[in-house]
Amino acid sequence: MGLVANSTAERPPAVQMRGITKRFGGVTACKDVDLSLHEGEIHGILGENGAGKSTLMRMLMGMLQPDAGSIAIDGEVRRFKDPAEAAKWGIGMVHQHFSLVEPLTVWENVVLGERSRLSPAAARRWIKEISDTYGLDVDPDERVSNLSAGLRQRVEIIKCLRTDPRILILDEPTAVLTPQESEQLFAVLRRVVEQQNKVLALVSHRLDEVLAAADQITIMRAGEAVERFAAADADASGLAQAMLGRDVPLRSAAAPDPSRKTRDAEPQPELQPVLSVNGASATARNGRILLDALSLEVRPGEIVAVAGEEGNGQSALEDLLSGFLKLDSGDVRVQGRRVSVGKPGSMARAGVAVVPSDRSESGCVLNMSVAENLTLLSPPISPLGFGILDLKARLREAEKLMEQFGVQASRPDAPMWSLSGGNQQRVILARELSGNSKVLVASQPTSGLDVGGVEYVYERIRQIAEEGAGVLLISTELLEVLDFAERILVISEGRIVAEMPRSEADVERLGMLMGGADPPSGAAPPSGAAGESNAP
Amino acid sequence: MSFALPSSAGSADRSPLKSASGVLAVYAVCIASALAISALVVWAAGGSWTAVLSSLLDGSLRHPGRWGRTIGEAIPLLLVALGMIVNLKAGLVNIGQEGQLYVGAAFAAYVGTFMGGPGPLVLITLLLAGVLGGAVWAGLCSVLRYWRGVPEVLSSLLLVFAAAQLVGYGLKNTRLLLDPTPDIGNRNFVSEQLSESERLGRVGFLGNEFPVSVFVALALAALLALILRRSIVGFRLQMLGSAPRAAHRAGVSERLYGGLSLVVSGAFCGLAGAFMLSGGDFGNYRLTPGFPVNIGWEGLLVALVARSHPILAVPAAFVFAALRTGSGFLASTGVDRGITRIVQALLVLALLIPPAILHVRSRRRKLAGVVDDGR
Repeated sequence: MGLVANSTAERPPAVQMRGITKRFGGVTACKDVDLSLHEGEIHGILGENGAGKSTLMRMLMGMLQPDAGSIAIDGEVRRFKDPAEAAKWGIGMVHQHFSLVEPLTVWENVVLGERSRLSPAAARRWIKEISDTYGLDVDPDERVSNLSAGLRQRVEIIKCLRTDPRILILDEPTAVLTPQESEQLFAVLRRVVEQQNKVLALVSHRLDEVLAAADQITIMRAGEAVERFAAADADASGLAQAMLGRDVPLRSAAAPDPSRKTRDAEPQPELQPVLSVNGASATARNGRILLDALSLEVRPGEIVAVAGEEGNGQSALEDLLSGFLKLDSGDVRVQGRRVSVGKPGSMARAGVAVVPSDRSESGCVLNMSVAENLTLLSPPISPLGFGILDLKARLREAEKLMEQFGVQASRPDAPMWSLSGGNQQRVILARELSGNSKVLVASQPTSGLDVGGVEYVYERIRQIAEEGAGVLLISTELLEVLDFAERILVISEGRIVAEMPRSEADVERLGMLMGGADPPSGAAPPSGAAGESNAP
Repeated sequence: MSFALPSSAGSADRSPLKSASGVLAVYAVCIASALAISALVVWAAGGSWTAVLSSLLDGSLRHPGRWGRTIGEAIPLLLVALGMIVNLKAGLVNIGQEGQLYVGAAFAAYVGTFMGGPGPLVLITLLLAGVLGGAVWAGLCSVLRYWRGVPEVLSSLLLVFAAAQLVGYGLKNTRLLLDPTPDIGNRNFVSEQLSESERLGRVGFLGNEFPVSVFVALALAALLALILRRSIVGFRLQMLGSAPRAAHRAGVSERLYGGLSLVVSGAFCGLAGAFMLSGGDFGNYRLTPGFPVNIGWEGLLVALVARSHPILAVPAAFVFAALRTGSGFLASTGVDRGITRIVQALLVLALLIPPAILHVRSRRRKLAGVVDDGR
């Protein structure tokens, strides 16, 4: 660090953004933001969704033009009219949404878009070199479609390093990674930055990872850079306060709510499960096993979480409980009664409410109105019969639900696509919870929502559990799982590989289990603590 | 493409009025461009666009009896378009209307040829047979799609050619459709003419006349609009078309609704074919080779131009029919009548491009990111 500090004192910062302002219509996404990035440093840019982080980075990338302010590279003011021009000055971005072509191999993806002569051998060699140098271990000949999310992230980074950028931007790089994968990623990034004196901007809304990975931290709130810290001087609660602009109890850092702890301490096995999946097996068309004799139970009033890495059967489980997936064997029962799986509408009729992970496709009909979306399952029929809709009753019902669930839309007949993600999620919650549901299946229910939206979703889910419904939370967000569930199931390769009450779970242990590693104390309900699992 | 777009109207403060006028401007510019290009083509072909416009109007409206004739052509166009709308709403693309119409007309001609009994009864039966014929032909696509996963775009298109061969075979065979009268049938491969009592009535009005089927077509357009807007069947159909997964969860069976929507659209085409046969404006009450005369293809375009709205399909069908009847009068201007095809194509483009522009624009805005939308 000392060496780096010296060099920055003599030379202008590698990137200096001054007074950057960007407006979209009446919304100011960035307001007079200053940011300087130095060589050999990881600079964390921390803020909630909507704080303006991505907008700021898009301007640095040349994807957007600032309305005011300047960007200087090594002290010289530059304007980038597009990302290609920014690339000329050594700015590269590792994309948040994967931009890989799945059917192609790793090396093909890495060289994709290059104009020079294609030399597979050289490309493979180069990837090997990079892999060895930075510990980015990946097989150049593997197809991307066969890679886990963590490995794909590595390929993205390798692809970005191919142009040898000096200034790297990573936008929410750990969104799809397990904790172990994230840790490895940051170790790699640290090596890249220090060995080659590169500049790295890490955009994230995750406090803990910014705190762990960054040297300098800039906090953005509502479009402004509100606070700067050296990571060494910062602590989690101070960052959270700056990020949210108020004092917040750190949910995830602390142990779960003591009030709920008493509940999970005494499970109530005498109650009949409201939802049970028994030995469910399913195969995809291409022969891949989706579910492998999966069994689980949810009792009334219980919140059960299914934690797992992407591609391990979480989405198949969601599909099953939404009525999309047919089983080879096994069954699904709601309150002990068998539900015919795979039939349109069967799950909804049986009382299974679903807040799906793909909000815009399974959750709602974007080009229909809010009122229509609120009454998708059972639109009010006029007393005339003949399947004629009662539009007035629909409007009344919609207005009632919009008020109950705080849906912010100009009118009930505003199109669904005009709503923000958070409001769309409220519409879905309103519809799914307004019926007489016995089970709520919530899959990644808070993805893409800001803090307020997340809190609201949590509150509603807790409420319905208190009213006696069983809740099955399917999530890849470990902190969410830990924060929320009373009992935790871990899914891996289509099977439930471990089950534990909340009190016996922690991030390390769940991460190990999710990654398919053998749990330190066997797959059965574990007894010991999980402190010994400090794997690299 | 940004010429017609209002300057950056951020989605946060976008007033409905501002965006509505923006949409109108895009449409206006596109239609004006289509007309300008049409004029340019006319000029390049050595004609004058005023003369062309004038003879188009003569042929479709102004000359005696011409607007009745235009109505006669608009009827099958409208029916085909209504069927297409049912499909589009369900998220399906049936493009085999030309074949479904032909098969429907052939079924109707068969009944007309071989069924005895009172004329009105034969007429009703042959209309129903037409409906059945079209439904069966489209039903094949339905079966192929939901049983074997064959895309209906392909199957419906290819079945057009199969239909032409099949009906062509019928028209070469006296036991099927060929008129056995010496010298008429054998020379031209046409079916027997429907007898007077088996034809649709024609309404005479201000020197124009058109078949009564126009009232049926208009009633069907109104009925379809009502079903789509006010019935649970229409609601579920549109749910399926817009978000199949959400529809499935809400209990909409894709096989049932999707399959039936194809059958219904075929039925509309079959009815169009039977109306053409018994209405008098096409083929002089006989089934002939090439009987559908592109009504199937153009009806499909009418549905697109009407933006899948049954009521808007009525004027759209009339405009397309006017271009058809007007083109017959172009000979005097020295411009090839094929010019109307170009005008039709440009009009379709002019009405299809704006939604695409608007879509791209809203996507761009989203990508640019008014707020950073997390992951």
